[in-house]
Amino acid sequence: MSASSKSVSSSRREVLRAGTAAAALSALSFPAVLRAQDGPLKIGVVLPLSGVVSFPGLATRRGTELAVKMFAEQGVKLDVSFLDTESKAENGRLAAEKAIRDGCSVVVGAWDSGATISAAQACEAAKVPLVVNIGSARQITEQGFTQIFRNFCPSDDIVANGVQRFKELLRPGFQPRTAVVMHVNDTFGQATGGAVKAAWEKAGVGIRILDTISYDARARDLSVEVAKAKATGAELVAPITRVNDAIMIVREMVKQDYSPMAIYGPSSPGPYEKAFTDAMGKYANDYLVSVPWHDASRPLTKRVLERWAKEYPDQRFELNSAFGWESILVVVDAFRRARSTRPVDLHEALRQTDIADHIMSGGPIRFDAKGQNPNIGVPLLQVQNQQPVVVGPAEFAQAPVKLPMTPWSQRG
Amino acid sequence: MLELYAGVAVNGLLIGVIYALVATGLNVIFGVMRVVNFAHGEMVVVGMYLGYSLWQFTGLSPLASLPITVALTFAFGYGFQLAIGNDFVSRPQHVQFVLYIGLGLAITGLHAMIFGPDPRAIQGEAGFDVYRIGFLRIDAVRLHAAAVALGVIAALSAWLRWSMTGKALHAASENLVGGQAIGLRIDRIFALTMGIGVACAGTAGALLAQLYDTQPYLASEFTMIAFIIVIIGGLASLPGALLGGLMIGLAEAIAAMVLEPSAKSLLSYALLILVLLLKPEGLMGRIAGRRA
Repeated sequence: MSASSKSVSSSRREVLRAGTAAAALSALSFPAVLRAQDGPLKIGVVLPLSGVVSFPGLATRRGTELAVKMFAEQGVKLDVSFLDTESKAENGRLAAEKAIRDGCSVVVGAWDSGATISAAQACEAAKVPLVVNIGSARQITEQGFTQIFRNFCPSDDIVANGVQRFKELLRPGFQPRTAVVMHVNDTFGQATGGAVKAAWEKAGVGIRILDTISYDARARDLSVEVAKAKATGAELVAPITRVNDAIMIVREMVKQDYSPMAIYGPSSPGPYEKAFTDAMGKYANDYLVSVPWHDASRPLTKRVLERWAKEYPDQRFELNSAFGWESILVVVDAFRRARSTRPVDLHEALRQTDIADHIMSGGPIRFDAKGQNPNIGVPLLQVQNQQPVVVGPAEFAQAPVKLPMTPWSQRG
Repeated sequence: MLELYAGVAVNGLLIGVIYALVATGLNVIFGVMRVVNFAHGEMVVVGMYLGYSLWQFTGLSPLASLPITVALTFAFGYGFQLAIGNDFVSRPQHVQFVLYIGLGLAITGLHAMIFGPDPRAIQGEAGFDVYRIGFLRIDAVRLHAAAVALGVIAALSAWLRWSMTGKALHAASENLVGGQAIGLRIDRIFALTMGIGVACAGTAGALLAQLYDTQPYLASEFTMIAFIIVIIGGLASLPGALLGGLMIGLAEAIAAMVLEPSAKSLLSYALLILVLLLKPEGLMGRIAGRRA
């Protein structure tokens, strides 16, 4: 098995050694099934572990490591190595190439859309499957890559679902008439920002978007951006952020005393993260986001949450850690069915994926012809008492939604 | 609309004063030693981590713990110059370049090892305080930080102008051989200079730690800002550093407002090019020549 995985590297000696090992294994006349699953499956997990988006990258790593540990206890042998993109999109390819050179049979990654597309090129060239843990730009599965399996929603789908769900919240007493969209100007932000406008019009929300303000992904200060948003007088602020910029935006909104009727992040990671609620305290409350989220009512999710609480008592199990966990579930499921560590066998098994028992909301994990899982649910979350809670859809809402949001000056 | 523009301009000017303190450190080092400190941004980040760590372990705000930050960063700069830097002052510029780039990489690596890559924020209710002056809402933390930075620049300028040691630094910057001839201990003067330069960067860093999240990888932006300010204001000119800092702070704020927030550096670079074309010695600088 390790012979198969090592054949990815170019050393002739290693290939010969692997061939000898394979021949020796055959001679032992073990059943094929046992032979194939005997060695560990080498997985290269590409993540931003340093740089501006390292915070969620590290959260994804924790979820990934927990899954590896839990599956190891079930006898699944995995050899996982983590590769850092340093939060630079162009490093996705370098990291994936390194993983493939090191003999990984499958690559998981790369948290960021830009880095994922970059990594996909390396995986495509080497014909090694890439299981996308997080990466929301639509183009990831639209560029003809054959090795991609994305267990994450495209941002326009998240936005369309979220906008529809948000529309359902409009009622007497909560009828914002105008909105301002703020988004980071990287691949994820541009794609999501564009999707918001389209989904807004398609859903007929009836809230006019007055301005769209973009900002640099490495911005250290968003006071000007928030001042511009405030100047529009919009009653709804729709930020498309990650955690650092979400903190900067809310902090500035408080300082500039800009209290709209609601802050709603369509497809916006960040506000559900512990870093956000810790930094903002009472000012974190009432922030709404629509993102894929785990379904806490499922038995498997409960088991994962219990184990998480033991392993990481100071960390929150959120979108990043949950998709990190589920990415390993997808790989392990394929590995079990493929009974092989050969990338081509894993690819075939991934195509046949049908996992009903998983942790995220939505239907079974399946991949369509483009490698997209179309069954991911997108609930509406709101920060309440500095914790993210599901407020929609009604069937698994944990609390009623609280709108309009409490003005900053009235938060005791 | 007036409220919007005035608020943005004030914010830009306040951050510009802190930028000016960063550039002052670079200017002092270059003015006396004719050495370009490419690790200056890293020294700002050292100050940020000191401000953050002192807040975390003692609960003191970076303003309250500023004397400790100043003392530690000064000692670091002084010690570095005596132990290593002085051996490189008379060496070719490309050798100095390698030294300071290496130092910068080492500092960044150490930060990443000690603190990890996560952004570190100084949290607290005080971070949300504002002053209201008429229709203006001024960020209290930013105002305090800018006031301290301005005070440090003024005190340093006065000390350099009127104290005996300050005059010695001037003498060394004007005529190194002459300074040695009248008995100046040049190695100590250089160590003092580096100590002051690093303390300026560290002080600015501690002040910025209240405004920005601290990460190991912020250094290159601070180095770049310091260079732009120094070139615009004039090499080795402290009033030039202040003027340059204010201009860059204001330019970034106005560009973000008028153009596009993600293009806020555009105007700063346009200013830089304009100054290089029209007044290459900087707005308040003199034509630089080789020191005797």
